[in-house]
Amino acid sequence: MADKRTTAERVVAQLSDGMTIGIGGWGSRRKPMTLVRALLRSPLKDLTVVSFAGPDLGMLCAAGKVKRAIYGFASLDSIPLEPYFRAARQAGALEASEIDEGMLQWGLYAAALRLPFLPTRAGLGSDALALNPWLRTVRSPYDDGEELVAMAALELDAAMVHVHRADAAGNAQILGPDPYFDDLFCMAAKRRFVSCERVVRTEELLNEGSLPTLRIHRGMVDAVVEAPRGAGFTSCEPDYPRDEGAQRAYVASAQEPGGWDAYQAKLVAGGT
Amino acid sequence: MTAEFALHEVCIVACAEAWRGDGEILASPIGTLPSVAARLAKATFAPDLLMTDGVASLVSDGVVEGWMPYRAVFDTVWSGRRHVMMGASQIDRFGNQNISCIGDHVRPRAQLVGMRGAPGNTINHATSYWIPAHSPRVFVPRVDVVCGVGYDRAAALGRSARFHGLRRVVTNLAVLDFETPDHAMRLVSCHPGVSVEDVVRATGFPLVLPAHVETTRVPTASELHLLRETLDPKGAAAQELAR
Repeated sequence: MADKRTTAERVVAQLSDGMTIGIGGWGSRRKPMTLVRALLRSPLKDLTVVSFAGPDLGMLCAAGKVKRAIYGFASLDSIPLEPYFRAARQAGALEASEIDEGMLQWGLYAAALRLPFLPTRAGLGSDALALNPWLRTVRSPYDDGEELVAMAALELDAAMVHVHRADAAGNAQILGPDPYFDDLFCMAAKRRFVSCERVVRTEELLNEGSLPTLRIHRGMVDAVVEAPRGAGFTSCEPDYPRDEGAQRAYVASAQEPGGWDAYQAKLVAGGT
Repeated sequence: MTAEFALHEVCIVACAEAWRGDGEILASPIGTLPSVAARLAKATFAPDLLMTDGVASLVSDGVVEGWMPYRAVFDTVWSGRRHVMMGASQIDRFGNQNISCIGDHVRPRAQLVGMRGAPGNTINHATSYWIPAHSPRVFVPRVDVVCGVGYDRAAALGRSARFHGLRRVVTNLAVLDFETPDHAMRLVSCHPGVSVEDVVRATGFPLVLPAHVETTRVPTASELHLLRETLDPKGAAAQELAR
């Protein structure tokens, strides 16, 4: 099996301006923050970010990396609103493709299955359609003739997810209570990047969790980055909870003039 | 004899009543007071409700009984076996709800959390709302972004909206529903000490006013005991109301 271990810097070096990047996790939970920090340090720009969003989207907005976001929400969970995303929106700084969170899942699944769309009722009657004229409806070809949202495939140039364990070949293990949609992000993407708390030998993978924890296999992964505390400050249960103090400091920085520059300087220096 | 009770306890009971008769479905309360309310419903008149711990476990009487990660929540939403109680930054006469942003969506005055699952929830299963500060800023003639789908929008969809249903809106002042011929919002009951006039003044659109407006049911002694001793001993729900 190929050894896919690499560094966050080498991962980001494979990306280019204008790409569509899917980021795994949920809100302020198990976000691939080591990889996001590498994005922040890079010269990349004009990105489209697809995310069940938290500080990943907030930081990328603060750093001026985001041209468009495709999202259902942006939240820090214990703190409901994402301050830097909020500021960027209120400055009109990005194109906001806001859709129902189930539509987001469906778009990733459609891309994963190489379908142009998947039908759903989610979005019908709401402004999810009016605000996103790129989305269309479809009529059932069966006798019911029902009109449904044809959720367009969200094809990703790259996916970034953070998991608990992985082997060097990219077999990845999620030990937490919720896999979120990380496997779909990988399946929807051309380039699949997984960071993990710890790289283990393949035969060690089942020491800590049962078979269903091996949600992502090596056929879904192009590169593995060992990144202890790689979700910090977001939660990575059961390895560690959210660092609420660090999250509060992040939010507080958004209230200061020049707060992001100071925060980013610390971040680049390697803190969380 | 009537027990002494507080406003937040009236609100909890009124929210709990939303799930009465729902059977074995997923109760999804968003926020502190609705969470206490759903647990009160489950502990008393709606014992079959399924509830999560807010992470990914289904929990009954403090015991983990199942797994409900977000993917399973979405499946449950689309299967219809769920009744959510959401908040609303804005809500209109037909129950269209906004949690996305205030102002123009291209460059909003205030970015909120985002539409989350509100479109999918409302088109697929029963929805109720909890609004802790009943005011004309929330009860508006027209919401800035339709996230949760209201009855007028649902009617325009026809058959595709056959699973849509808004059950009740509970506020710090009153209980409201949509049980009118055109599904315009109706005042059902005022909380003790609140007048119809108070509710009308706090609502930014004409409410349907029935000939007789009840007083909201007050908590029973056993409900108060459960709330204070077991379900919310620290009074977290009251803080949500105070904010």
